[in-house]
Amino acid sequence: MGFLDIDNVTKSYGAVEVLHKVDIAVQEGEFLVLVGPSGCGKSTLLNMIAGLEGISSGEIRIKDRVMNGVHPSRRNIAMVFQSYALYPNMTVGKNITFGLEMHGTPKDERERAMKQVAQLLQIEHLLDRKPGQLSGGQRQRVAMGRALVRNPDVFLFDEPLSNLDAKLRVDMRIEIKKLHQRLGTTIVYVTHDQIEAMTLSTRIAVMFDGYVQQLGTPKEIYDSPANLFVATFMGSPAMNVLPTRLIECDGALHALITAADAQEHALRIENPPPAYAAYKDAQVLLGIRPEAITDPEGADRNARNIQPLTNRVTVTEPAGADTFVTMTMSGKDCIARMRADADVQPGRNFDFAINMDKAVLFDPKTEQRIA
Amino acid sequence: MAVASADTAIRTSRITRAFIYLFLLLFALFYLLPFGIMLVNSLKPLSEITGGNMIALPQEWTIAPWLSAWSTAQIGVEPTGLRPYFINSLVMAVPAVVLSTVVGALNGYVLTKWQFRGSTIIFGLLLFSCFIPFQIVLIPMARILGLLDIAGTTPGLILVHFVYGIGFTTLYFRNYYAAFPTELVRAAQIDGAGFFQIFWRIMLPSSGPIIAVSFIWQFTNIWNDFLFGASFASGGSAPMTVALNNLVNSSTGVREYNVHFAGAIMAAAPTLLVYIVAGRYFVRGLMAGSVKG
Repeated sequence: MGFLDIDNVTKSYGAVEVLHKVDIAVQEGEFLVLVGPSGCGKSTLLNMIAGLEGISSGEIRIKDRVMNGVHPSRRNIAMVFQSYALYPNMTVGKNITFGLEMHGTPKDERERAMKQVAQLLQIEHLLDRKPGQLSGGQRQRVAMGRALVRNPDVFLFDEPLSNLDAKLRVDMRIEIKKLHQRLGTTIVYVTHDQIEAMTLSTRIAVMFDGYVQQLGTPKEIYDSPANLFVATFMGSPAMNVLPTRLIECDGALHALITAADAQEHALRIENPPPAYAAYKDAQVLLGIRPEAITDPEGADRNARNIQPLTNRVTVTEPAGADTFVTMTMSGKDCIARMRADADVQPGRNFDFAINMDKAVLFDPKTEQRIA
Repeated sequence: MAVASADTAIRTSRITRAFIYLFLLLFALFYLLPFGIMLVNSLKPLSEITGGNMIALPQEWTIAPWLSAWSTAQIGVEPTGLRPYFINSLVMAVPAVVLSTVVGALNGYVLTKWQFRGSTIIFGLLLFSCFIPFQIVLIPMARILGLLDIAGTTPGLILVHFVYGIGFTTLYFRNYYAAFPTELVRAAQIDGAGFFQIFWRIMLPSSGPIIAVSFIWQFTNIWNDFLFGASFASGGSAPMTVALNNLVNSSTGVREYNVHFAGAIMAAAPTLLVYIVAGRYFVRGLMAGSVKG
């Protein structure tokens, strides 16, 4: 039983079901991020929590109160929209207090609440301006102020940062996180940006095609993706997925991959989960994150199973903090993440160190992680 | 075409510009000519007009034709001048414009932000009314006015123009509100604003340009309408256009052209005034939505 319960909720438009049996229990104070590519149903789900879209079947409860059919204004929620949706004809102050006014809060109380929120968000000097006179970041703050002033049970954010430029987006991300830590509010946040999802959330629901693909903490999602979609969607650059064959040799399981020179290499797998045994001598997909492939000196010191591999480098991309190195493995482009000063030359062979602790295997047919 | 290169671009554009302005000026004068002649002749004694020179400025300036047209000229059988009919037109046009604009705005709001099954069909049907020729509705309208017992009265005319205007005003407001961000409506819903509160507090304050368009369009059409006025209003309740016709066609005595000109300018003045005052909003409103601001 959570603070916000999404209980077997589906959404259909006519005969087309766009959300299939979504089941999430959000605890009080949790920061849940719904992440997925466009059209995955994340915004629809958020709108259903807000009451802007009907619920086809199932139940949404906030504080154990069933919300099906309850008007948005009576759910005690607040929403921050992608376009901020500030009322263009009203001053910032009016924008913030409009909801309170509609709920019949007396004027002096509204003023007090507005002052408090304006102070919290440092927008006191903007209260008399119109939204048209504000910059993107300021509008964002006002939109958050409008949500905060209502003191709602649940905050809903619909891609609030996607209209900001890159630098401001990072600043506001930290701002939102600070706000969450300070106020301890329950937040449901929709984004298509996996970095936002990773950095902000206490839990992530990765959505695709109307299904919740995986629900878990950022670490669970990143380290143990439930399936191939989650593995490749989360993380940038994306996880390398290499076709491989599991073989047993010297009593240990090895993943067999082909280097650029057509040489086969066996990467030893230590402490394999029991499920791996069933895939012995079968084709599987090996998932390795770019940061798990490094130069030997840059390898993780706490890793127990680092496998060496010599391979030809195709391209190097110095990105300042890191250098991304592309090579061909098992016929696929494979990206490694090096220290910035690693001495890697395109066209030459290089000794890589692969941290097999972090490697995951997927069934090529079901695309589920083997575990 | 001359070869356009970067160094001649400025010079050619200056010459072209001069030509453009010259032509525009000529056309402007050409379009102003009829009005100029009307104005000039309305300020002459009749003898100067019948003397033959219509283009010349008055030798003797007089406002007598204006006074006559306004308060003493023969309209039909009564020597009332145009004044009562001017008032008739105002009493007819203002409520009809306001009503059709308000209903058009509400229609546009519902058709874009509160869509329901069949709302596009209803919009299509409303749009139809923009294309129905006036003549077709004359007889059914006369029947309805008769049933409502307001045939031949100003309220009857108000109803006719109000109903006939809804199609146009709905079209304007629907297209304007279609470009109005729906997220604002949703935000207001979450804030607890109801149907009319959203309309009144959120939509209308942002509708200035399109209200101006609807207002100008409706006012000009209703003020200038002759057919409905002649068909559905009689005698004392006739609008300005019908009265002007009666003034010009009154066959007692000599034809006082100077009075006719003065009357015609009076009949045209309100629409001219509306254009001069609100014209720039008209263009702005028509452009709104087509270009993202």
